[in-house]
Amino acid sequence: MTINVAMTVNGKAASGKVEARTLLVQFLREHLGLTGTHVGCDTSQCGACVVHLDGKSIKSCTILAVQAEGGKVTTIEGLAESAEKLHPMQEAFRENHALQCGFCTPGMVMSAIDMVKRHNYQLDEATVRRELEGNLCRCTGYHNIVKAILAAAPAMKSAGV
Amino acid sequence: MYDFAYHRPKTMAEATAALKGKPEARPMSGGMTLIPTLKQRLAKPSDVVDLNGIKELAGIKVDGSGVTVGAMTRHADVASSADVKGAIPALADLAGHIGDPAVRNRGTMGGSVANNDPAADYPAAVLGLDATVTTTSRTIKADDFFKGLFETALEDGELITSITFPKAEKAGYMKFPNPASRYAMVGVFVAKTAGGVRVAVTGAGPCVFRVKAMEDALARNFSADAIKDIKVPADGLNSDIHGSAEYRAHLVTVMARRAVDQANK
Ligand SMILES: Cc1cc2nc3c(=O)[nH]c(=O)nc-3n(C[C@H](O)[C@H](O)[C@H](O)COP(=O)(O)OP(=O)(O)OC[C@H]3O[C@@H](n4cnc5c(N)ncnc54)[C@H](O)[C@@H]3O)c2cc1C
Ligand code: FES
Ligand code: FES
Repeated sequence: MTINVAMTVNGKAASGKVEARTLLVQFLREHLGLTGTHVGCDTSQCGACVVHLDGKSIKSCTILAVQAEGGKVTTIEGLAESAEKLHPMQEAFRENHALQCGFCTPGMVMSAIDMVKRHNYQLDEATVRRELEGNLCRCTGYHNIVKAILAAAPAMKSAGV
Repeated sequence: MYDFAYHRPKTMAEATAALKGKPEARPMSGGMTLIPTLKQRLAKPSDVVDLNGIKELAGIKVDGSGVTVGAMTRHADVASSADVKGAIPALADLAGHIGDPAVRNRGTMGGSVANNDPAADYPAAVLGLDATVTTTSRTIKADDFFKGLFETALEDGELITSITFPKAEKAGYMKFPNPASRYAMVGVFVAKTAGGVRVAVTGAGPCVFRVKAMEDALARNFSADAIKDIKVPADGLNSDIHGSAEYRAHLVTVMARRAVDQANK
C-alpha cells in the first residue's frame, strides 16, 4: 500500500510517497538523505536511531513513517545553528571526547538533549546513567558520554536551548 | 517487513469496523512490540489498525476508589502523572522502570496488557491490584484475563479501552531487570487490597501468576520476614540464556521480600 506522507523535518516541510511498512528511519535516510540517524540493531534496543518527534525522544526504527504524518521531527542534522556553531550537547561531546567510532553518537546526543530538558537542566551522574539505558555504545565505556551530558546541561540552560 | 494496508481511525467505532471480518488484521498502539515482530517477519497482518489517532483512548482519571488508565496512555505519562503517584505510587514507579525513555514515550498500557508478554511489568500490577480490564464489549477481572503464554481472554477484534486499578492500602513492585532489555527476569507486585493481600509474579513463568502461600502469610503479618522461607517450585518456570528455572524461583522470594519492604515504606 502506497501512502503520501508530509511532516516537518528540521524545520522544513518534507513529503514523499512511502509504503505503509516504511519505517520513519528509512524515510529519513533513504527518501530525505538524512543519514545522520543510524540503525544499529533490529530489536529496538540500541538507540542509534533516536530522533525527536514533537519534542520527545523516540526510536525512529520502531515507528512507521506514516505515523509521523503532520508531526515535527528533529534529527541530528537539525541541531547545529551553523557549520561553525554546534549545539551545546554536540560541543560537550567534542570537548569531553565522548565518542570513538561515532556510530552511537547521533542517538546519544538526541536522547541526551531530551533527558536534560525533561530533568529541567538538572542532572546527576546516577540519573544520566539510568536514563541512558536505551542507548548502547560499544566503544567508550560510557564514562565520557556521562561527563559530556553533565557538562552540557548548564551550557544548554545558559544558551537557552 | 511484509506490507499491509494501513488504517488510522479517529474513533473506537471506526477502529472496530476496520478490524471486523478481517481475521488477519492487527491493532497497533505504541508499536514497541508489534513493529519489532513485523520487522522479523514473525507476523504477517493483512491490515494494521493504528489506534494512535483515537483521542478517547488516552488519559488518566482518578476518583476516590482508584485510577482508570486509557489503553493508549503511554508509559511515560503514567510514570509522571501526579494523580497516579498520589493514588497508587507503586503503579507510577513500575511504569517508570519499563524499558528505556524512548520506549516509555511510545509504549502503552493497553498494548502491554493485551500482549501479555511473560516478562512484561504491567500484567503484575493488573493482577496484583485486582484491576478490571474494560474492552469494546465487556469488563474482565484480572484473575480471568491472563490465560497463558501471550494469551489473554480477548477475542478476535476485541480491543482494550481502559484499565481500572482500585486503590490499595499498601502496594510495592520490585523487579530484577534483564540488563539488556530491562524486561523483568522476575518482577513481584505485592498489594494489601480491600479483598486481601495479593502477590503477583511476572517474568518467572509462562504467564503472570499469584502465590497463595505468600498471600496467606502476608495476610497474617505484612512484613518481608513473613515470607522469607516461602519458595515457589522451579518446576514449569522459564529457563533460558538469561537464567535457569531454579535461579528464577529463588529470585521470586527475593523480589517479593523487597516488594513488601517497598510497600511498607
Ligand atoms: C527495547 C525495549 C524494552 C522494553 N522493555 C520492557 C520492560 O522492561 N517491561 C515491559 O513490560 N515492557 C517492555 N517493553 C515492551 C513495551 O512496554 C511495549 O510498550 C509493550 O510491550 C507493548 O505496548 P505497545 O503499546 O507498544 O503495543 P503494540 O506493540 O502496539 O501492540 C502489542 C500487541 O497488542 C495488540 N494491541 C495493541 N493495543 C491493543 C488494544 N488496545 N487492545 C487489544 N490489543 C491491542 C497488538 O495488536 C499487538 O499484538 C520493551 C520494549 C522494547 C522495544
Ligand atoms: S536501530 Fe537500534 S533501537 Fe533503533
Ligand atoms: S562511539 Fe562507537 S559505539 Fe559509541
